[in-house]
This record gives sequence, C-alpha cells and structure tokens, in this order.
Amino acid sequence: MCDQTFLAVVFGPCDKCSNEKPLRAVYIKSEQLSYCSLCVEMVQFVDLHHRLKLHGLIPLGDITHKHRDLPGQSFEAGLSNHQLFAVHQVAERVEALGQFVMKTRRTLKGHGNKVLCMDWCKDKRRIVSSSQDGKVIVWDSFTTNKEHAVTMPCTWVMACAYAPSGCAIACGGLDNKCSVYPLTFDKNENMAAKKKSVAMHTNYLSACSFTNSDMQILTASGDGTCALWDVESGQLLQSFHGHGADVLCLDLAPSETGNTFVSGGCDKKAMVWDMRSGQCIQSFETHDSDINSVRYYPSGDAFASGSDDATCRLYDLRADREVAIYSKESIIFGASSVDFSLSGRLLFAGYNDYTINVWDVLKGSRVSILFGHENRVSTLRVSPDGTAFCSGSWDHTLRVSA
Amino acid sequence: RQMERMIVSMQDPDMGIKMRNQRLLITVIPHAMTGNDIVEWLIQKYSISEEESLHLGNLIVKHGYIYPLKDPRSLVLRADESPYRFQTPYFWTSTKWPATELDYAIYLAKKNIRKQGDLIEHEKDNYNLLHKRINHTWDFVVMQAREQLRAAKQRRKGDRIVIDCQEQAYWLVNRPPPGAPNVLEQGPARRNCHTTRVQLTKNMDYYKREIEYCRKAMARTRVKSSICLEGYIKFNEQYVPHDPIMSGCLPSNPWITDDTTYWAMNAPTVPTPVKLRVERWGFNFSELLTDPLGRAQLLDFLKKEFSAENLSFWEACEELRYGEQSRIPEIVDSIYQQFLAPGATRWVNIDSKTMERTLEGIKTPHRYVMDDAQMHIYMLMKKDSYPRFLKSELYRNLLAEAVIPPETKKRVFPFMRKQRHSSPSPALL
Repeated sequence: MCDQTFLAVVFGPCDKCSNEKPLRAVYIKSEQLSYCSLCVEMVQFVDLHHRLKLHGLIPLGDITHKHRDLPGQSFEAGLSNHQLFAVHQVAERVEALGQFVMKTRRTLKGHGNKVLCMDWCKDKRRIVSSSQDGKVIVWDSFTTNKEHAVTMPCTWVMACAYAPSGCAIACGGLDNKCSVYPLTFDKNENMAAKKKSVAMHTNYLSACSFTNSDMQILTASGDGTCALWDVESGQLLQSFHGHGADVLCLDLAPSETGNTFVSGGCDKKAMVWDMRSGQCIQSFETHDSDINSVRYYPSGDAFASGSDDATCRLYDLRADREVAIYSKESIIFGASSVDFSLSGRLLFAGYNDYTINVWDVLKGSRVSILFGHENRVSTLRVSPDGTAFCSGSWDHTLRVSA
Repeated sequence: RQMERMIVSMQDPDMGIKMRNQRLLITVIPHAMTGNDIVEWLIQKYSISEEESLHLGNLIVKHGYIYPLKDPRSLVLRADESPYRFQTPYFWTSTKWPATELDYAIYLAKKNIRKQGDLIEHEKDNYNLLHKRINHTWDFVVMQAREQLRAAKQRRKGDRIVIDCQEQAYWLVNRPPPGAPNVLEQGPARRNCHTTRVQLTKNMDYYKREIEYCRKAMARTRVKSSICLEGYIKFNEQYVPHDPIMSGCLPSNPWITDDTTYWAMNAPTVPTPVKLRVERWGFNFSELLTDPLGRAQLLDFLKKEFSAENLSFWEACEELRYGEQSRIPEIVDSIYQQFLAPGATRWVNIDSKTMERTLEGIKTPHRYVMDDAQMHIYMLMKKDSYPRFLKSELYRNLLAEAVIPPETKKRVFPFMRKQRHSSPSPALL
C-alpha cells in the first residue's frame, strides 16, 4: 500500500478564470485551489495592494493603470524595499513642541448669518468675509471696524477672495458667477454699481482666488470644473476638467515659477493642474469622503487636505504619495478648512464639531484643541505674515487668534 | 456614520458605559447612566481632556443620540449625577426617516390633551399652523393621539417616562425651538460620484487623455520619500525662527499686545530692514525676489554688475503672464523692443536657440510666449547673480546694519489698553 498522495491538477480549467491553462496550487483562506499563473499574479498583487491600502500609503486608481505591462519598473520591485515612510518616522529626532497657548484676540461680529468664507489682505490686517445671507464685508480686523459692505443678490456666498493689490474683492456662490468689486472709499459711489461679473459656471461657485495679479481669477465650481478668467474682459482663459463630481476647494502653488494649483472635490480626489495647458498633472485619491479644503505647504512641495472623513492628510508632490494622516478616534466630525503656519510646522484645521485642532505636521500628533465657536467652523486662514489666524463659523462670528 | 459607531461602542456590555437603574424622583429607570459616567468613559477611551470630553458629549446629546431624563427640555450634557439614556435606533437622525408633519401633529396633540397648556410658545404656534394646514385629517390626528395616550397609560410609570423623554428629545432635534441652532442643517446640496451631473462620457477623447496622463505619470521621476521628508525637516529648521506663532516675534505680536510696531518695522518699504528679514533673503532666490525691499537691493547690486536688464526683463515677463488679456500684443511688443530686438537698449543675453524660439513665437503673441526666455534669465540670475549677491559687500553691510527690535516689556497694568489705530487701506493708495 503506497502513501496517500493528493491529487494535484496540473492542467485544466482555472478555478478563477475558467481558462484552460497550466495550473498552480494556491491556498486562499486555508482552501486549496488551482489557479492559472495569471490569476496567481493578480491575487498576489491584490493582496499587496490591499495591505498597502490599509496603511493608507498608496494613492489608488492610478497604480492599477500604470504598472500593468511595464517591463523594467515593476510595482512590487519598487516597494520591496519597504520604503513606505510616513513623516513621523523621519521626524523622530525633531524636538517635540511644548505647551501651546493661543487665545482669541479679536471677535468680529456683524454678520447676521453663517459666515462661509474669508480671506486676508496682503497688508496683514484686513479681511473680507462672506455669509449665507449674501453679505460680503471688508473689515480692518485689528480695530474690528467694518470698512466696506456689499450685499450680493444671491444667498450662500461660499467663496470670497482679496486681490493682491488690496483694491478689489471677488465673491460668488449660488448665483453660479464670480463677481469682482473694486473697493472705493468714495461716499457717493455705490459699490454694487461697479460690480463686474467675471466667471460663469453652470453650478454654484465653491472657491475663488486671484493669481499673482488683480487681473486673473481662478474659480472652482459645483459643476465639476475649475476655470481661469481674465478679469477685465471676463474671458475664459483656461478650463480644467477631470473631477468626477463637485469641486469644493482650490489653492495656488506658492513657487515663483508658479504655474500649478491643486483642487479637491466630492469625488474624494485631489488633483494638481498645470495652469498653462489645462492638464491634470497628478491626482491623489486616499480620502474616504469629500475633500473640503486643500492648502499648499509653504515650500510648495506638498499640500494638505481636510475632508468629511474627519482626517487631514499630507501629500508630497515629488514623491507622488500621501505621507501623513492627521486623525484621532475622538474626532468624528469632518474637517472643513485647513491652513499651515508660516514655517509649516503647524497645521490648523477647523472642524464641524465647533473646534479647531492644531496638528504638529512633522510628528503627526495633535498639539492642541481650541474651543470658542458655537457652531461649526467653516473657514480658517493664517495671516500672510503668520502672526495670527482667523476662523469664521456658522455662529455668525469671526475670531482672530494668536 | 462615525457618531453611531461611537454610540454603539458606548453601549457595548463589556467595554461600554456601565448602566444601572437610576432613580428619578421616585420611579426607577432601568438602563440609564449619569452624565459623569459618560464624560469619564470618553476621557478614558479616547485619552482626551475633560473639556474636550464634555464638548464631545454635548454634541452627542445635541444630535439626539443620548437624551436626558431629568430635564428633557434642554439637550445638554451635565457632568454630574443627572441620568441619561441612549436613544433607540428608531429615532436616530441618520435613518433619514422623515419627521413628517403628521407625526409632529400627533405628538403635539398628545401633549395638548394630556396636560392642557403644556405646550411652549413655539409649539403652540406650530400646533395652530398644522391645524390649519392638515385640517382635513385633524380627526385622524386627534384619534391617533388619544389611542397612543391610552396605550401608554397601560404601561409602567418608568417606561412611560422613558418613552416621553425619547419622543421629546427626538422632536427637539427635528423641530428645534426658534433661536436654537439646528444641528441637522447642512450646506447647499453637494453631489458625489453617484449622484453627479458631471458628464464624464467615456468616449475616445477621454481614453486618449487617460493614456496621455498615464504615460506622463510613468515618465515622471519620483523622488524617494526619505529624501522628500528630509526636505520638510530642513525647511522647518530654516523657517521656524521666522514663524511668529512658533517663535514669537519682536518687538511683540501685534494681536497680543495691540502694538503695531512689528508691522511698521516690517513694512514693504522701510529704510532699515529687520535682521530676520535680511537673513531670509539668503534662504533662496524666491524669498529675495518676492520681498519688494529685497528686490530693490538686488537691482542695486545688478546695476553694479551691469546686468540689471535681466531683472527688468523678468519683471516685464511677469507683467505679461499675469496681465490683462487685451494688452498682451502691446506688452509683447514692448518687451521685444526693449530687450530682444537687435541693438535694443537693454538687450538680454539669451542663448540662440531660445532666442530663435521666442522670436518665432512673438509672431503670434500669447500670454506664455516669453516663458522659455523668462525661465532662462531667471535661472541665470538664480545660479549666477544670486550667489554673488549673497557674498557681496552690499549684502554683508545690510546684515550688519539690520536691526533686531527690542522686546516690548510686558505691560504692568494689564487694564490699560492701547489705542488701536487704523491703517490706511491699500485701496486708498
């Protein structure tokens, strides 16, 4: 009597794809199956991919296209060195931050409804803010005086921006347009009369920003596109298609050869665009929900994003991947707005649970939590010289903290 | 939804909050817990501070997942002995079970019948409104209300209180009294991938673009993560002393002390720049260029080296790139006349290939026609003139003469607030 041998099928229909091919034995969940070599490859890849996804350390989507039949550059070979770093591992030798004390120094009251957006002027003290009832107000936040006020013909003004020269503001919302108002101190002139309608989208305007000069504006809209406009003529200079759903935010790159910007949308993707050609250069998809806010790191080599999945993530542009996640189990509300401090060491994030969390960018840990608002924080920007930050909230107020 | 996950873990029999029978006046309520318990549990599980735990607990109550038994009119979490209970999943906000008018009418009618005059102001208003609106089914409403009350009477007192509080909390969340924030409010409707109207028709063009994108993506060089991350650390080391929030600023942060000296000393044009500012010019070329004072110093230096036209050319190209659409031909022509034409007064030295390309491009002027030439000149300044600038006597003198502002002494009398003066608006200048 001979030993029992297990029957090993060596040629026949594959258990997965049913093609007639040479087979190999494979164990999946303690069950022995026979797969053809192609299916074995796929299973290996899927498993590795899945494990990496769990660590949140690879961008999805693009990888599957890219590496398919590439002879030299195998995806697995590249990762076999296990070079899957996150920022905090490299930053171990950086000193930890001490106790953090920041208080509200100014409270700006005057909006009769939810504050939706704000922006700083280059003079480091003036800000423009917009609210749900259509009011756009320009404040000198140091003295808390209101300097200008305009009422837009629409509600939910979700985007506003200050021109680099300080002489004009742009705003838009449910009216699907972006309008530019030159600021004037002439008492006889009605600001609304000088309004210039610049951008036209087919859905609500979610974000707008001037480029290096007063004469160009970049907008993002709920119709899934971003667009670059010439202010004087209202002409569309370039449009950016590629998002699969509403675009919620954008930020321009700070580099002097600045030609790119990043946008985030409801399709969970953050995309980096080339302003000149209108093409998408890179895209990142690791968030689990809508991306509410994106902001470049001060050096321009990376950007952070805040999303409804209650996490903020840091993406590096040169390494082309996510390098850090800022999250905590006790934070269950989405982040609506993020911004860096001047040195990029701190990331301020405003959340829908009425708080502002301050993260240590390098260590990946939370430094402090700031209370004070009585409703969700909708917008947060650090001042141009980094001395303070301003947060606007649905409780009708703006607070400057330092 | 994440809040629900938290609630479920709270109710977990082993790790969750210990629930006991609580006393409310004379009746005993089963499966209840105190406010204190909730706060403690949150602190322990998520290692957060008490303030944060209280805040989080409050939010949970406001969203109706836990309701108070003692003071059911206000959805507030008190960190003391007051009893609370978990809301039944039936009433959770995420079930999206619409809180219909009919149900609300029945609820209000019940309240009215049970205790005349128990309805608060706004509830009375709503009641009358509803009465007008669904008058035709009013009999049904009243009948339902009576039936529910009768069924309730047959239950134990403890259960009755619980059900009452449950309902009350549910309606407080879904029909908040005027003045209270409505936690269910969301911004304008957003569409995600599943409900979008964005047309991403997968036609030939789409796939062509995808292929192009993937090809470019594969060809792109990726830097090793370790190197990128080192970059952050270096950047951090360089810039942290300049970050007012991290390292404070001299003489003082204007927002904290109401003293605007800091801004006055760092204004765009100032005779003696601050030391930190001059140091920053040495970090990289972009810092020097973006600071108007730095740029002026650079211009002085370049004049000495007889290469000032480079900076002027770069500035003119910037004006073209970010200028008005209608003026583009005019600006391109002006640049050509001043900098590129043979024999021009401020001729810039570009290599012949770039010059050829640029001259060809000028024939059809557009916003980016000068990009190649501009980049060439920029790199020239960055690699050649900039290092020399940093080593030059001009720069060294600037560093030596730069001031370090003294720190303002802390005010002895904190109640004396300085007058806050307004500054002239940039719009006026």
